[in-house]
Amino acid sequence: MSERSSRAQRGEAERRSDGPARTLPAAEPIGTHAISVFVNNKPGVLVRVALVFARRGFNIESLVVSPGVEGRFSRMTITCSGRKEDLDQVVKQVAKLVDVVHAIDHTADQTYSVEIALIKLECPLDERTPILQIAEHYKARVVDFGKEALILQAHGSSEKLDALTELLRPFSLVELVRSGKLLMARGERVT
Amino acid sequence: MEHKIPTGGEKLIQCLEREGVEYIFGLSGGAAMPIFDALVDSKIQLVLVRHEQGATHMADGYARSTGKPGVVLVTSGPGATNTVTGLLTALMDSAPIIVICGQTISPMLGKDAFQEADVTGITYPVVKHSYLVKDGRDIPRIVREAFHVATTGRPGPVLIDVPKDIGQAPCPAPFTDKLDLPGYSVPSRGDPAAIAEAARLLSESVRPVLYVGHGAVIADAGKAVTTLAEKLRAPVVNTLLGKGAVDERHPLHLGMLGMHGTAYANKAVADCDLIMAIGARWDDRITGKLSEFCTDAVKIHIDIDPAEFDKIVKPDVSILGDARLVVEDLIPLIEMGETEAWLAQCERWRKQYPLKYPKKGGLRAQHVLDRLNAITQGDSIITTDVGQHQMWAAQFCLARSNRHWISSGGAGTMGFGWPAAIGAAFGNPHKKVWAVVGDGGFQMTLCELATAQNHKVRAKCLIINNNYLGMIRQWQELFYENRLSGSDLVGNPDFVKLAESYGVQGFRIKRSADVDRILRKAHAYDEGPCVVVAEVVKEDNVYPFIPAGAAVRDMIIDQPTHKLAKPTGST
Repeated sequence: MSERSSRAQRGEAERRSDGPARTLPAAEPIGTHAISVFVNNKPGVLVRVALVFARRGFNIESLVVSPGVEGRFSRMTITCSGRKEDLDQVVKQVAKLVDVVHAIDHTADQTYSVEIALIKLECPLDERTPILQIAEHYKARVVDFGKEALILQAHGSSEKLDALTELLRPFSLVELVRSGKLLMARGERVT
Repeated sequence: MEHKIPTGGEKLIQCLEREGVEYIFGLSGGAAMPIFDALVDSKIQLVLVRHEQGATHMADGYARSTGKPGVVLVTSGPGATNTVTGLLTALMDSAPIIVICGQTISPMLGKDAFQEADVTGITYPVVKHSYLVKDGRDIPRIVREAFHVATTGRPGPVLIDVPKDIGQAPCPAPFTDKLDLPGYSVPSRGDPAAIAEAARLLSESVRPVLYVGHGAVIADAGKAVTTLAEKLRAPVVNTLLGKGAVDERHPLHLGMLGMHGTAYANKAVADCDLIMAIGARWDDRITGKLSEFCTDAVKIHIDIDPAEFDKIVKPDVSILGDARLVVEDLIPLIEMGETEAWLAQCERWRKQYPLKYPKKGGLRAQHVLDRLNAITQGDSIITTDVGQHQMWAAQFCLARSNRHWISSGGAGTMGFGWPAAIGAAFGNPHKKVWAVVGDGGFQMTLCELATAQNHKVRAKCLIINNNYLGMIRQWQELFYENRLSGSDLVGNPDFVKLAESYGVQGFRIKRSADVDRILRKAHAYDEGPCVVVAEVVKEDNVYPFIPAGAAVRDMIIDQPTHKLAKPTGST
């Protein structure tokens, strides 16, 4: 499956989730949730966490796993769409896993979040002016400037990267790699 | 010999000895040989089963009847995959079992070695926790952690996968009591503010019901719950697995609630103004149609597992903690309720809708189980399989005390009853143990007749034989125009002859008049296992019956005369 078609499917899924086809009460809107899971840094932990989401039919939309301050722990940042009530239950079931130290849905919290994207565009040298203009507006950096293709690196909110991607889509966008949402709770709150 | 460094297998067995393990239920194979070899010199007794599923249910029956964890030892690949049903059964019913599996040698992991299976991967969804041993030095810590995790909080199964090279290599690691479980905590006392709020609501209630589940059995909360019920003057109902926490013969006890519970228990729950779940999880077999379940009642939920709160029912007050400790903290805060009119109403229901069965027209399972209750007096351990016999046993065999009633509730595992009884008999050599099973479920694990006979285990197996998968046939009769599909067990063996071929004493009950005489004979039989086959009427239905997904007002008390709609609830 090409990058583009999977991205298109994701867009399709997002549109559908807001549409009337779902038989969910209007009072329970589907939203994107950012869940942070602090775990033992051991083999198999990711599978245990992922299975809790999969069992309830939730699709993990982005996932970042990285070591904590102490190497024996890792932090997973997971974004996932669903009804708050259902995801609250998933978070509790994740927190119950023996290898999970804590799991927090940060959606309603004060957090700082950022995401990085690498965007590859295949186009000849003489057609690059509009691309570079868009890149400049979004403070995206050219990190590779080849004869057939160039790579942009952009960072910022996930929504900003969505918008940038949409603008670049008509210009032979051939590959897209996004880090997934990185998130940290502000102040003394625990992530 | 004293200075010899033990192998990984020997170290593992020594760790089990240190945990106080008396029995291991198991079946050997190539990858488990270093561990089985270590058993030769151990004081732990190996119970050699005939199928690994049987081993898991034996460990489960041992665990539920004693409160101590049951241990299973099997080999890699198919040996390990045969334990999956037992793991699910133990997980769904919060039973502490430890399943130790042999595994191929570490360098061959993931390379399709002979009898290799990704057992930790296959079992993730059916264990509380699991370990793949990658370094022999971890064995003492892993075993200590496995027993801690299996037995504390909400108990459950833990799996340890041991590659053969690690079982075979020298293992100089010292014993340890250290746990490395930063993500695991065990709730104990409840939040005082939540307890005070619950006490206020309980004291104000005029139509309270205490709804007692397996958590109360596990926490040994029965005495405290009885005191609370007496002080509040509140009726008690229990789930299938909550049987025995409170003596079911107590005057305030209305019996089991739910799909096949007593009509009076269900009417009380439907009409109460407050329901307090004590170690129970609002299972779909209990609530039926959720939108009509206790809509106007205040709901209080005591549970040791925080993931149970708001899962099915949103309680007004939730109290995280050990059921016994929470109820003990509640008692001094309670004022005696104004419940006399409510209790009188419950008594009217009890008289109006008693459990009943036809006394004529052939041998009835209910009659056999009613008499089994009269003979065992709640003093024997009763295990069941799954199906009609299970529900009739739950209705007629009243549990008097904790850990005397063992049944596969959450998973509904056919084949559970007989091996569970064998395990319970190992754990309780001075108790009589009866398995009540159907002809369908019994045939799934009947090979354990050999295990019981080899060890002269005094477990008794009462087969309620109607030559059908009776509950399926009942649903097909009631909801599928009696179009029987895959429920007729044509080809059943002669179960008495079958038992005798294993050297096991067999009894047969064919007529109602023989029930007492033969049950008493079997009850007194003390030389080893025995099998009693009750050849009951083929077509009989369990009532009362609230179809899956229906509300209490749709309860069917007796054989319906009109056509019923297909149930909409879970299975």
